[in-house]
Amino acid sequence: MSQTQTQTVTTQTCDVCYAEIELGPDTILHELMECIDCGTEYEVTSLDPIMLEEAPMEAEDWGQ
Amino acid sequence: MTKIAFLYTLIRKDEKMLLESFKEHNIEVDMLNTREIRLSPQMELDYDVVFNRSLSTSHGIYAAEYLQHQNIPVVNSVSASKTCADKVTTSLALDRYGINQPAFRTALTEETAIQIIEEMGYPVVIKPVVGSWGRLLAKINDRDAAEAILEHKVTLGNYQHSIIYIQEYIDKPGRDIRSFVVGGHCIAAIYRNSDHWITNTARGGQAENCPVTDEIAAISLAAADAVEGQIVAIDLFETTDGLMVNEVNHTMEFKNSVDTTGVNIPDKIVEYLREIYL
Repeated sequence: MSQTQTQTVTTQTCDVCYAEIELGPDTILHELMECIDCGTEYEVTSLDPIMLEEAPMEAEDWGQ
Repeated sequence: MTKIAFLYTLIRKDEKMLLESFKEHNIEVDMLNTREIRLSPQMELDYDVVFNRSLSTSHGIYAAEYLQHQNIPVVNSVSASKTCADKVTTSLALDRYGINQPAFRTALTEETAIQIIEEMGYPVVIKPVVGSWGRLLAKINDRDAAEAILEHKVTLGNYQHSIIYIQEYIDKPGRDIRSFVVGGHCIAAIYRNSDHWITNTARGGQAENCPVTDEIAAISLAAADAVEGQIVAIDLFETTDGLMVNEVNHTMEFKNSVDTTGVNIPDKIVEYLREIYL
């Protein structure tokens, strides 16, 4: 398993508000992305092809 | 060739900044996702160090247990992570080292909790023993609130919520301090300003640069030593009795603090790991 990144800017559509979510060439697998319009959080689940899924629900032990 | 593994659950902005810094330092990292890793006593992994950045505290600790079991150093160590993850354990470690902190007690039943709270006097703060980002903190102003919160915790929470951590309420001057310790150096600090008694930036606290004074550095380094933390963030209260340590964080978030302090925190972390392990 090594860090892999996309090569070009890609856009995806938010499932909730249909705004465009832009993913830059430095996007990382399992990165959290936020729709800047409605705040829905997504996880990048694939880089080739780019796929987003709704991010997992915040768990009680998440944090710092 | 030296190898570093990056243990993570999801990639937040903080992890992304760290990965960018590793890349800028020409350090290749292997990615270990806690949701995919298959833990066994013999995993045949060959790393010089594993850097634990797991968003999930439990994932991070259990994965680190297995990794340390194969004699792979983990930063922060399992021991440090366990100490920081549990507020009772943190407070006892700080107490053992005589570090200034708010008074604290722990009750294992509702009845005992009420007795302790009445002895301490209102207000007090009740916190979950494991938790972050200011979640489920309760400021208890009177007996009615105490009874209600305690009943809810014991009835609705998991077993950990029946371990009732009670802390003296500190009347803050509209802010607290978050300091950052990397490898025995206090590299930066921020004020977290808020009108609310909860000042976490995750709850809307506004970050502002805080000059690292000798007092901030001294208590921060002492707290880091007490929990055996190599890379930790310390939450401090300013009081008339001097600074007090509130909490110590073992997978610290810093994304709001780099521009604010002018200190490249991820670079400092990566340079420390390179110096010690690579």
